[in-house]
Amino acid sequence: MSILIDKNTRVLTQGITGKTGQFHTRMCRDYANGKNCFVAGVTPGKGGQDFEGIPIFNTVADAKAKTGATVSVIYVPPPFAAAAIDEAVEADLDLVICITEGIPVRDMIRTRYKMRGRKTILLGPNCPGAITPEEIKIGIMPGHIHRKGRIGVVSRSGTLTYEAVGQLTALGLGQSSAVGTGGDPVNGLKHIDVLKMFNDDPGTDAVIMIGEIGGSDEETAARWVKANMKKPVVGFIAGVTAPPGKRMGHAGAIISGGKGTAQEKLAVMEECGIRVTRNPAEMGKLLKSVL
Amino acid sequence: MNIHEYQGKEIFRKYGVSTPRGIPAFSVDEAVEAARTLGGSVWVVKAQIHAGGRGKGGGVKVAKSIDDVRVEATKMLGMTLVTHQTGPAGRVVRRLLVEEGADIKKELYVALVVDRVLQRVVLMASSEGGMDIEEVAAKTPEKIHRVPIDPVGGLADAQADDVAQKIGIPAELVAPARELFKSLYRVFDECDCSLVEVNPMIVTGDARVVALDAKLNFDSNALFRHPDVVAMRDLDEEDPAEVEASKFDLSYISLDGDIGCLVNGAGLAMATMDTIKLYGGNPANFLDVGGGATAEKVTEAFKIMLKNPNLKAILVNIFGGIMKCDVIASGVVAAAKQVSLKVPLVVRLEGTNVDLGKKILADSGLPIISASNMGDAAEKVVAAAKSK
Repeated sequence: MSILIDKNTRVLTQGITGKTGQFHTRMCRDYANGKNCFVAGVTPGKGGQDFEGIPIFNTVADAKAKTGATVSVIYVPPPFAAAAIDEAVEADLDLVICITEGIPVRDMIRTRYKMRGRKTILLGPNCPGAITPEEIKIGIMPGHIHRKGRIGVVSRSGTLTYEAVGQLTALGLGQSSAVGTGGDPVNGLKHIDVLKMFNDDPGTDAVIMIGEIGGSDEETAARWVKANMKKPVVGFIAGVTAPPGKRMGHAGAIISGGKGTAQEKLAVMEECGIRVTRNPAEMGKLLKSVL
Repeated sequence: MNIHEYQGKEIFRKYGVSTPRGIPAFSVDEAVEAARTLGGSVWVVKAQIHAGGRGKGGGVKVAKSIDDVRVEATKMLGMTLVTHQTGPAGRVVRRLLVEEGADIKKELYVALVVDRVLQRVVLMASSEGGMDIEEVAAKTPEKIHRVPIDPVGGLADAQADDVAQKIGIPAELVAPARELFKSLYRVFDECDCSLVEVNPMIVTGDARVVALDAKLNFDSNALFRHPDVVAMRDLDEEDPAEVEASKFDLSYISLDGDIGCLVNGAGLAMATMDTIKLYGGNPANFLDVGGGATAEKVTEAFKIMLKNPNLKAILVNIFGGIMKCDVIASGVVAAAKQVSLKVPLVVRLEGTNVDLGKKILADSGLPIISASNMGDAAEKVVAAAKSK
């Protein structure tokens, strides 16, 4: 079992003809069941062409109608990426995974506003994507470090997710799904949303939750875990040494007005019964200890 | 990206936000000339640096004669201003703003920020102007009023009026306060700001509502559509290492430790710093080389780290996913040779083509200390730095 995506998911790629879109579509198609999953591409003006056999359409609605795709992955450049999300939402897709980094906050505020009351779920932007090991990979994570299994992974950061997954795999613990929610301040799914899905997934036994400085998503999720989660959760927060007021790479990774510190998040998580480690080299070991 | 107060006020004026009349000055003579041009009998000389708390640090002075303006400008230009926001090193004052004096009856606080939970821009206002707002938030949070703004409809009149009344704007000035709030929101929205802060916003003796200060930050992701804002960038206010790094699309932040870090990915880069600290060391920098680092980018990253005179050791921590370990290893070897590395280098590689990467490092003949995981790497680099 898994969350969000599995081998039966049918995916269209927005921005399939760009360099990034081409590269990652190829990698995703070559992973597990990818050949059956990646059924369409969308690039306005290039409808009728194909990318290595994957048909290209001018619009998301057209691609959905012709191929049955219900999930989109976006590699469109930042100035146009929010509009690409809007198009996928208007076409009533189930899930949109936006990989693009660098979308203006103003655009995302408007996009999130338009998404109110719509069925579409957004993952990202500025995220690595999601993977259900040995079934489907949608995004830019290295597929080969993953193993099928029963541990859920949720994180804002890409490489830190890979670090956790690598440690789990080395300990013989496979993953049900690994989900990157992204490093932007205004985004779609948050830790709490993904934790709810893992809680409901019979294929997940425990979860690693990885956070970082900025915002309060981790605290909100931790409080929900305390009241509702039926499975063990362990955590790590990056940025204990980050100075205030500085954007640490990710647009959303910033301590502002003394809020959003790693210490604060770790304290709330511990209060809520989440076992945390200060050592990112030991995330896997910690998870194993609670099984 | 940040700009100076005088630049923020120029933007304010374009949007109809009333500010005191003022003229920027880059020299003492210019400051005196500015005071003469403004006329009147009271002026305020304000140091222009990208940090708050200037008043307490001696960066805001009232002058009651042209001679006073000259005296204050002479003292201020070139001084190192230390405030709670500059850090102990402070900032050198290179620009001044000379303004007409204001007759302050009441000091208020107004700001616009993005609320990440609501996913809206929020207008924040308080009757407690002229103070550190973080202190107000901690001690008397009930005195801060927050209004989420509809991204399509903008700030509604009723919302603006309500806030104006709550922060103690006199009834006859609610209408001009409303216009000021709405104009500030237009500035925030149209200029892609990440912060607009007016502290204080004042009510004057002649019954006007005026922005006495202007702090504007911009969303760096949106600068591509604001060349006029980019033109206001003052590189003197930024860390030279960070400016240099940005030219190569490297995300770099200077810290005060002695162990340089080169990592791929922002989360892993922060976690690497944390691990160094956990093992008793101190990181010299945050550095994310990104997912698509080339040998050239790695070389530039090394050069930037090595400009730091405090540097005692370097830790390279790469989780190669899309980025292959052999490519990174070649980059590290090329960089180490090109910059004739004199500090110990610890490298931890994991992921795609890791064995090939490790072989390249081993065959290079360079004294590279290899580490098997993050903890091991941190332990080794801390030991190496201490033995230097």
